[in-house]
Amino acid sequence: MIDNTQSFQFFNRGPSPVVRLVFFAALSLLLLFIDVRYRYLESTRSALSVLVSPVQRLAAVPGALWQQAGNFFITQSRQRSLIKENDDLQRQHLSDAAQILQFQALRMENLQLRNLVTLPIRSEFTTQLAEIVYAERDVFRRRVLVSKGADANVMIGQVVMDGTGIVGQITRVYPWLSEVTLITEKDHAVPVQVLRNGLRTIVFGAGDTSQLSPRYMPVNADIQNDDMLVTSGIDGIYPAGIPVAKVVKIERDAAYPFARIACLPVAGVDKNRHLLILSGPPKLPERPLEKSAAADSEKRAKIRRKN
Amino acid sequence: MPNHVIHAKAEIQRPVSNTLIVLSVLAALFLNGLPWEGIWLMLRPDFVAMVLLYWCMHKPWRVGIGISWGAGVLADVADASLFGQHALAYAVLAFGGVVLSRRLRMFDLRQQTIQVSVIFALTYAVYALVHWQLNGNVVWLYFLGCLTSTLLWAPLSLIFLAMRQRRVDSE
Repeated sequence: MIDNTQSFQFFNRGPSPVVRLVFFAALSLLLLFIDVRYRYLESTRSALSVLVSPVQRLAAVPGALWQQAGNFFITQSRQRSLIKENDDLQRQHLSDAAQILQFQALRMENLQLRNLVTLPIRSEFTTQLAEIVYAERDVFRRRVLVSKGADANVMIGQVVMDGTGIVGQITRVYPWLSEVTLITEKDHAVPVQVLRNGLRTIVFGAGDTSQLSPRYMPVNADIQNDDMLVTSGIDGIYPAGIPVAKVVKIERDAAYPFARIACLPVAGVDKNRHLLILSGPPKLPERPLEKSAAADSEKRAKIRRKN
Repeated sequence: MPNHVIHAKAEIQRPVSNTLIVLSVLAALFLNGLPWEGIWLMLRPDFVAMVLLYWCMHKPWRVGIGISWGAGVLADVADASLFGQHALAYAVLAFGGVVLSRRLRMFDLRQQTIQVSVIFALTYAVYALVHWQLNGNVVWLYFLGCLTSTLLWAPLSLIFLAMRQRRVDSE
């Protein structure tokens, strides 16, 4: 570019500064208007951010260094609480290990007993570890998305649990994610048994609280506070014997046919970050078809003919 | 040097490479992007505006309203502010710089500072106007940045002068 004498510049420069100012001001006002009203420019923005982001990332470096230095000192002062936490975990681990040994012994015993009565052995299940990636934003929908999907052979209907009990069930599978409906979701049903006496029932999620309730229990049903409810294995979806909930409150009001029972889930349904997905539900023989509506009407016709 | 400038005033108008201009604008974007917080954010001078005004004043035929507008769009992206906000402000700033360039170059630093403060005030008024149109209130504290930008004008000019001087010496 050649800087001519200044009088020539005026003719070579094209439009005058005022024209340029008006043009660019109008352009920016147009951009402002479009951005405020329609939000059409997000793709342009992301394209331009490719140019700017290296500078931004560089600018974030001093702050990040400062924060790391701060974190270092905080870790130093927290060391004592870390040591204490470590001790607690160690103790927990020991007691868990003892329980696992007991469990293995019981399983062997159970196997022998089953052989004796020649019951078909319930299929052993293997587990997959998955991590919760997203939680549902709606308070009334108890769902989470976990990090295993169709790529890890997750299937609809598989049961999800944590270390202590049932958490939910896979209800939708995406390529790399799957959706877990928690047992506290409204009207989500789990067939259970009372561990103490084997009483069968079904617990339903309440939806708006993290409670569960067996809905159709007669007032005189043999159920007490602190009773443990475990899966019964009926229906073939949930494997048997996994803790689900603990009874916390019972209201027996003779005015109602059913007792009002409140239970709390045993598992950390809205606490943990890692969950176990149990392998596919055990294969059961096909359920006999229920009589259809057509059969019903036929029966009614027969009765009418009799009359 | 890609562009050779036949300079009329040997004292000031040394050849300036495009690289220096681009780098200085990028450095200004970097300084604007540092994690400023609270009162420091209010006091933050607008480095991009300062650098653009400097170039508009000293090289009005190379850095003009169009380039300033482009830098403003980049600043909008970096700030995640509305598209066109910085662009509009920088176009106004560049207009001031280009129109007054010949007069400003005649002045010494102290006189320049006074004139430049008016241009910065106009630029900040554009921000405030856009903000007022969108949110219905004017944050007067943000005009503090206008003050610091003006105060830093003289140091910035001296730094650029030294850089250009050294550039010439090394060649």
